[in-house]
Amino acid sequence: MIKLVKTFIAKVLKNIFRRKKHIRLGLYGPPNGGKTTLANRICQDWLGEEMGTVSNIAHETREIQIKEQVTIESKGKQLTFNLVDTPGIATRIDYEDFIKAGMKEFQAKKRAKEATKGVIDAIKWLDDMDTVIVVLDGTKDPYSQVNITIIGNLAARDIPVLIVANKVDLRRASVKKVQAAFPQYEVIGISAKLGKNMDQFYEGLFALVA
Amino acid sequence: MLTLQFVPYADIEDLGSARRVKKLLDLVKENKIVLMEGRLKKEEEADLIAITMEEVGDKFKGIELATLDMERKDKNFFRGFRDGLANAILGDRKGFTVIGPATIVKEIKKDPDKIQLFTDEKGLKAIRRKRKKR
Repeated sequence: MIKLVKTFIAKVLKNIFRRKKHIRLGLYGPPNGGKTTLANRICQDWLGEEMGTVSNIAHETREIQIKEQVTIESKGKQLTFNLVDTPGIATRIDYEDFIKAGMKEFQAKKRAKEATKGVIDAIKWLDDMDTVIVVLDGTKDPYSQVNITIIGNLAARDIPVLIVANKVDLRRASVKKVQAAFPQYEVIGISAKLGKNMDQFYEGLFALVA
Repeated sequence: MLTLQFVPYADIEDLGSARRVKKLLDLVKENKIVLMEGRLKKEEEADLIAITMEEVGDKFKGIELATLDMERKDKNFFRGFRDGLANAILGDRKGFTVIGPATIVKEIKKDPDKIQLFTDEKGLKAIRRKRKKR
């Protein structure tokens, strides 16, 4: 009984604080899924400016990036949040991969070191998120352990999750595969690069936070 | 030669999260592929990734990780009840976890009912050379 009362009070307090401050909306996922491209798309749509740089070489985002007070609108409703773009979470980082992508050795080693720190930071920040968009590359195997670990950790922390299957502009992309891998979550197929299906994405975001 | 190290759940059952993760990572750093009975908790998986990242350097490139759940997808009410009961009794002891060093294991694919391990020939050759020198 005491436990029930405690849980109730904790929920009420959490709701009060959620209403007071702006929601912290995190973008999580493996490297090169399109988190920063989506962050840029959101910022372009509602603020008219970009948030970070994107690259074909993995681990371009190696530090947590925050854009404060992003207000979006859908069907007459408004939602304001602090958008947190996180480095891609990976279980392996090999500087030789960056050399293969055309970098010099010292640059590659520096990037690898920064990338490992970025992964650690992204994991640490999991506890500070109110809502998370998991950005997956729709052309890749959704059953990767990194995806499962990220989503499992968010579920363990009771953080609402919306999964985005990005890059639907590419032929190989399959939203159905992502849906089959995570049937308990809403999955929205988008192309952050081309802005495809963003209206559905924003509606999904409202439904998640409301 | 590839070494597959089996870790029974009983070996890690009484360890705290940090020691569990350390034990597994130490084995992987010895270039062994760990086949663990059961699963880590989700928070422990995240810790394993974070600690792995702290250790990544020129020689250790990280890990490849996969868990295999033994739950059936096509379950009816009775199977669901039975699985629920098994979950309550066995907890994290159910399923298997495979962890390998990234220098040897290029990729682990889940189907999701089977695990396929793709090895890196370059990494394997390097280990063979190292063993011969010893």
